Amino acid sequence: MSFLTVTNLSARLKGTGFPILRRVSLSVAAGQVHGLVGESGAGKSMIGKAVLGILPSSVEITEGRIELDGVDLLSLPLKERRRRIGATAALIPQDPLTALNPSRRIAPQVTDRLVDILGWARARANARALELLHEVQIPDPERVLRSYPHELSGGMRQRILIASAFAAEPKLIVADEPTTALDVTVQKQILKLIAEMQARHGTALLFVTHDLGVVSKVCQSLSVLYGGMVVEDTPVRDFFRAPAHAYSRALLAATPKYTDPMASLVPVPEAVIAGVQAELAAFDRGARHG
Amino acid sequence: MADGRAQIRRRAGPRLWLSALWLGLLALAALLAPWIAPKDPLAQDLFLGRLPPFWAAGAEPGYWLGTDSLGRDVLSRLIHGARLALTVALVAGSITCLIGATLGLLAGYLRGWVDIVISRAIDIWMAFPPVLFSILLIAVLGPGLSSIIIAIVVIDWTRFARVVRAEAMAQGAMDYVASAQVAGRSRLSTMVTEILPNVLPTIVVLLTLEMGIAVIVEAILSFVNLSISTDDPTWGGMIAEGRTSIHQAWWVLIFPLIALFLTVLSFSQLGEGLKDRYDPVLR
Amino acid sequence: MQLLRTFLLRLLTTAITLIGVAVIVFVVIRVVPGNPIAMMLPPGATDEDIARLTAQYGLDKPIPEQFLIWASGVLQGDFGTSITARQPVLDLVLGRLPATLELSIMALVIAVILGGVMALTGTRARGTKVEAGIDVANGMALSVPDFLWGLVLILLFGVLVPVFHISGRVTPSLDLPFTTNFYLFESVLRLRFDLWADIVSHMFMPALALAIPLAAIIGQLLKQSLKETMHLDYVTLSRTKGYGENHVITREALPNAILPTLTLVGVQFTFLIGGTVIIERLFSYEGLGNMAIDAVINRDLPLIQGIVILFAVIFTAVNLVVDLSYALLNPRLRHG
Ligand SMILES: Nc1ncnc2c1ncn2[C@@H]1O[C@H](COP(=O)(O)OP(=O)(O)OP(=O)(O)O)[C@@H](O)[C@H]1O
Ligand SMILES: [Mg+2]
Repeated sequence: MSFLTVTNLSARLKGTGFPILRRVSLSVAAGQVHGLVGESGAGKSMIGKAVLGILPSSVEITEGRIELDGVDLLSLPLKERRRRIGATAALIPQDPLTALNPSRRIAPQVTDRLVDILGWARARANARALELLHEVQIPDPERVLRSYPHELSGGMRQRILIASAFAAEPKLIVADEPTTALDVTVQKQILKLIAEMQARHGTALLFVTHDLGVVSKVCQSLSVLYGGMVVEDTPVRDFFRAPAHAYSRALLAATPKYTDPMASLVPVPEAVIAGVQAELAAFDRGARHG
Repeated sequence: MADGRAQIRRRAGPRLWLSALWLGLLALAALLAPWIAPKDPLAQDLFLGRLPPFWAAGAEPGYWLGTDSLGRDVLSRLIHGARLALTVALVAGSITCLIGATLGLLAGYLRGWVDIVISRAIDIWMAFPPVLFSILLIAVLGPGLSSIIIAIVVIDWTRFARVVRAEAMAQGAMDYVASAQVAGRSRLSTMVTEILPNVLPTIVVLLTLEMGIAVIVEAILSFVNLSISTDDPTWGGMIAEGRTSIHQAWWVLIFPLIALFLTVLSFSQLGEGLKDRYDPVLR
Repeated sequence: MQLLRTFLLRLLTTAITLIGVAVIVFVVIRVVPGNPIAMMLPPGATDEDIARLTAQYGLDKPIPEQFLIWASGVLQGDFGTSITARQPVLDLVLGRLPATLELSIMALVIAVILGGVMALTGTRARGTKVEAGIDVANGMALSVPDFLWGLVLILLFGVLVPVFHISGRVTPSLDLPFTTNFYLFESVLRLRFDLWADIVSHMFMPALALAIPLAAIIGQLLKQSLKETMHLDYVTLSRTKGYGENHVITREALPNAILPTLTLVGVQFTFLIGGTVIIERLFSYEGLGNMAIDAVINRDLPLIQGIVILFAVIFTAVNLVVDLSYALLNPRLRHG
């Protein structure tokens, strides 16, 4: 049973009407990891933001459904939608340096959702925070909980954000390029941590990334996006064996191989780009495809 | 973001023109005062004291906005008062701007001891309550138009110097200035040709603000009876007179107040409007 | 230790500023034409009388010597004697200081409340007509100075709808049991809320006039700062936790948005205190500023000097306090 189902979601820029998402459909099964790949500006983050109800105010949803745990989010009033999302889903943000409030200590930033939204007693929430920090392998967690964000390194902060995301045992976590802002040496550890936590807690994960190598390791299925449109939605195994769409094939060819990371990259050929562009144009004219 | 800027630009239009319209009318009134004022602004008539404005019961024809306690025509005094207000605004504003901006430019661009001296002077000036300082200066210089202008210049130069200094510093740190210097130009000529044009929009905005402030300072000084001679028609003097008879004749206070309010508002809106129009980077 | 060094440096520049102020007033008021002594004596006074009194106030000595005498007195807490009131300047000035402090603080409180409400409402209603309305009101409040707002308030609430007093500090016929000049605070401490109400009804109009421009500045800066903060990742993250907009604005954004506003408000607060001079005059409020104008008109040199120095001390103290509280409030500096 899928925990998150997005159906025909379209969004556009207010004012100019520039399309941001074009009838996006995807689903993430409970406990599964679904990857979102595509070039910069393809709309990967926008899908994650739409699911979590944090689209920028300049972007409006024009059609479609987002079902979280069987509830159609878009039909709920704002306040209720927020609480619903807060209680069942969470975000692991991209940049740990800006995602913690500089004027608040770490402890309340990990426990606030538990206390304010889920109504836990403070003592129970604090115990939970300590347990979580142990779980994400932070040394001396008591001290860290009393610290301010600027006293901690980027890797530490990302571990805290991961702990905070898992705090309420959400059924779905959206991770938007959770390692790109980190040092290369830390990236692998964090990635491993997320994968371990996801497996242990059985959380569904919507994983936004540029890196097909990472997708092949942690995801069970993926969607390839171009220009706000899903060009391919497939299990990971099929994708790496035989990508169906020309754009997917080109994307795969453009990814460095693990065996030979120094091999020169093949840019996506112009002809392929022209092909997808034509598809977008046809789509915008109202024609159906695939 | 793009949307927001467009909105600001659209709103800048009427704001700018309404301000310019009021200030234009004022300038006209000031220039033509002797011809368009219906009465002699100094003529007293104790039998016609405290006449209400034309729409109220008991109004006397010809005295459109009523009379004060000495029977002087409010409208005529208002029109003649515009002369002093605008003269002070233009002259004091320009001189203050010239001196303050020059000092700020020198401090911000030359740095070193010039900056230390000017910055310290600014600090000292900022520790004076400005109104008290101006009253003190008028007491020293004696009443009169030139005293008012000197007082405004002496007190308000820091408004320009502070801002221009900071801007000049920021500009001086930029690449194009360094390259101009490498090209072998003198520091002074670099300052005038490279820094000044970039600071100019800020200076213009400050100048219009300062003109509004100058009008207020003149009114305040007239209000505490230190401006020019008490008989001469000034808005501040009218306000002082109106404040004392506020319960008997509110119109003596309200008309100069409206005139001051619109003038100050217009000067500042003019500055804001010009900034929106000509500042290339709207932040 | 960095903090201590900065602090000591600040004390030094503050001292230089105060000395500079003292020298300038001293010189400026001594070139006032007309002998202040001659003005205070009755018309029949002889030249000898004038000379005797002039010597008594030390006004016959050269200016540098006068300054040294005055400065050494100040260091011992003696600011000289008022020529008109014939009382120690320090007593006179400290007697009036509470009235001005109470007025300034009340104005500051009003400004913070008004400005805060405007900024929060504007942020909550981003992109709507409400925000545009707040911006227009703000712009107007900002460009018109306290003097004019005072006059507008006098007309509105003193004449048109006379609900507040527009003159004085307290109704003169009332019997005041106070031992200090902090009427507002003392009336609360003594639980005399009848007097408190009378004092507030006298203070509210001048305080509001002083507060309006500052409220506009606070509203504008805080709203700008909030707007920038609302885009930051931690604010977005707290939305995904399930919080509503009100919580997000007041708990996540506001504490960080206040800090940059604070330093600017410090300088603006000194402008507000400077504004009390004319506002006290306008509302016949018996504070320092009103006394200062009288002192200038009466050529009371020692008194003018004392008041100006006191204002300068207040201004620099406010700036010092603001800088310190900035350091204390910012966790980054606190645990540097
Ligand atoms: N705050 C915003 N307001 C309006 N449009 C935006 C905003 N942020 C992004 N966009 C636009 O939305 C589209 C999708 O952006 P999105 O951030 O989802 O891309 P992405 O696939 O996540 O790219 P990246 O890999 O660079 O993160 C782009 O065309 C982008 O220009
Ligand atoms: Mg993205």
